[in-house]
Amino acid sequence: MSDTSTQMQFGLMSVSDVTRNPLTGETPSEAERISDVVAIAKHAEEAGLDVFAIGEHHNPPFFSSSPTTLLAYIAAQTEKLIVSTSTTLITTNDPVRIAEEYAMLQHVSGGRMDLMMGRGNTGPVYPWFGKDIRQGLPLAIENYQLLRQLWDNDVVDFEGKFRTALQGFTSTPRPLDDVAPFVWHGSIRTPEIAEQAAYYGDGFFANNIFWPKEHYQKLIALYRQRFEHYGHGTAAQAIVGLGGQAFMAKNSQDAIDQFRPFFNAAPVYGNGPAMEDFTEMTPLTVGSPQQVIDRYAEMRDFFGDYQRQLFLVDHAGLPLKTVLEQIDFLGAEVVPVLRRELADRRPVEVPDAPTHRARVTAKYGDAPARQPRPNANRGDNVTGGSPYQDTPAPAGSAFGVGR
Amino acid sequence: MSAERIAVVSAGLSDPSSTRLLADRMLQAVIDDLAGRGVEASARVFELRDVAHDITNNLLTGFAPKQLAEMNAFVAEADAVIVVTPIFSTSYSGLFKSWIDVLDREALEGTPVLIGATAGTPRHSLAIDYAIRPLFTYLHAEPVSTGVFASSSDWGGEADQVAPLQKRVDRGARELADRLAETGRTEQVDPFSPEAYLGEGGSFADLLTELPQR
Repeated sequence: MSDTSTQMQFGLMSVSDVTRNPLTGETPSEAERISDVVAIAKHAEEAGLDVFAIGEHHNPPFFSSSPTTLLAYIAAQTEKLIVSTSTTLITTNDPVRIAEEYAMLQHVSGGRMDLMMGRGNTGPVYPWFGKDIRQGLPLAIENYQLLRQLWDNDVVDFEGKFRTALQGFTSTPRPLDDVAPFVWHGSIRTPEIAEQAAYYGDGFFANNIFWPKEHYQKLIALYRQRFEHYGHGTAAQAIVGLGGQAFMAKNSQDAIDQFRPFFNAAPVYGNGPAMEDFTEMTPLTVGSPQQVIDRYAEMRDFFGDYQRQLFLVDHAGLPLKTVLEQIDFLGAEVVPVLRRELADRRPVEVPDAPTHRARVTAKYGDAPARQPRPNANRGDNVTGGSPYQDTPAPAGSAFGVGR
Repeated sequence: MSAERIAVVSAGLSDPSSTRLLADRMLQAVIDDLAGRGVEASARVFELRDVAHDITNNLLTGFAPKQLAEMNAFVAEADAVIVVTPIFSTSYSGLFKSWIDVLDREALEGTPVLIGATAGTPRHSLAIDYAIRPLFTYLHAEPVSTGVFASSSDWGGEADQVAPLQKRVDRGARELADRLAETGRTEQVDPFSPEAYLGEGGSFADLLTELPQR
């Protein structure tokens, strides 16, 4: 059995909302919230968590329009933390820019990153970027197909429906160690996205915030079954991540009293169901650390053994001090017990959570990783058939000959 | 052949309500008509009042609480649906529309629907055709041509004597029964079966060469 610290990754996912604190009536400035989020991510590492993920939004009251800039800064301030997204918009971003920006993040973070593809949750984001929301699924399929090619091949010819064609294009920098970033695909309802994750052997993430859980069970079961179908391993070996929400205090009544005003005013569920109903219907757990442990130890019974558990803790106007306390509860009381309990019941064939290091070893064994070195600039920007020194020019290549 | 499953949804607000009364009559007429053809039917009647808070919560949170989810699942799997709403401000009630808004867009595709409506005055009798029927057309349901409208007077002595309510109920019921008899049981497609979203090729690679049309 592998080390319990690498079997599963625990961490945070942030929506990046800038929300009024209902107790004080104060709304943090964007500047305050951005600096708070950096503190939150750093504290996650200090508390022993593995992952910090941030969403992508292009409208107030959210600040995270440029996840790679924020995540690069966080990576520079941390040692072990994996930075990720929840999610990166595969529909409205140019896949070439995703390939470039996230490869860059991969280099500066030393491989401590991955990313999650999503389709966005704000209708107008499509027209803002010149896209049609009715094409959401085809965009996700075609754009990701191109993204994969850009990371997996030095030179790409591509002609699709949505983007100007590429001839002999090289996305730079090449992925770190020539191993593309690990990709999760997030979906809450679309079987084609589960299929896509399975087809490529990528991870599948269910945000798991909105139940009924039967819905996620179907999606994850489908993903696992198709992962096996496409020959990436057994269904039990598919890479699954789950979201979750918790608010804790030493004793549960305090947690309920402290969280209720934030729950009642929260943009997502405010003025909707009572907190008691919502916590019963969804994985939101408001109570003692032990209650959170009990609730999340059950997840494997519903979804199978999995690789990543992310918690939403910094939302709804909760002040920084409270968020940091929540992270302390997770790091000191919840995660160590969950790691142990889940490890005890985990069959040996279930793979560890994905890391860059493990993926490099899987690709190269003990041999050194490929480090692409470009050929000399020939005075133009056209890379032609073989831009890298270790790749022989194809026969008859106009640009490669005689270099 | 197993029994036809009929879902009845009544948006009446009071208890007892004339909307529910009409819904019950329409259901009974359909069951009787089918029985006359030797077809068994089973039905469940839902009152939107019972799930009114769930509907609002679904609008706010994006997911259906358990009771509403179960009801919507039954409606989606039904072979035929009978809907009855009171007419408020010349159209279906807000609660009725809110329920439609949280129902899966595909839930009623191809499903025969018998529409009923109640109002205080016969002057609203066209509301079925200008307001309610287009809603079901939009959903790609198959509303039968007769809609059953009952005004308060239909329940008493001032009722329409030429085409009395029960006659209209029976006519709508016959049309719904005809539709059920000719189509038999609707084939339910599991949206999570790869055949459903991948087509015959059965591989995601097919979607890469021909992007899906949705």
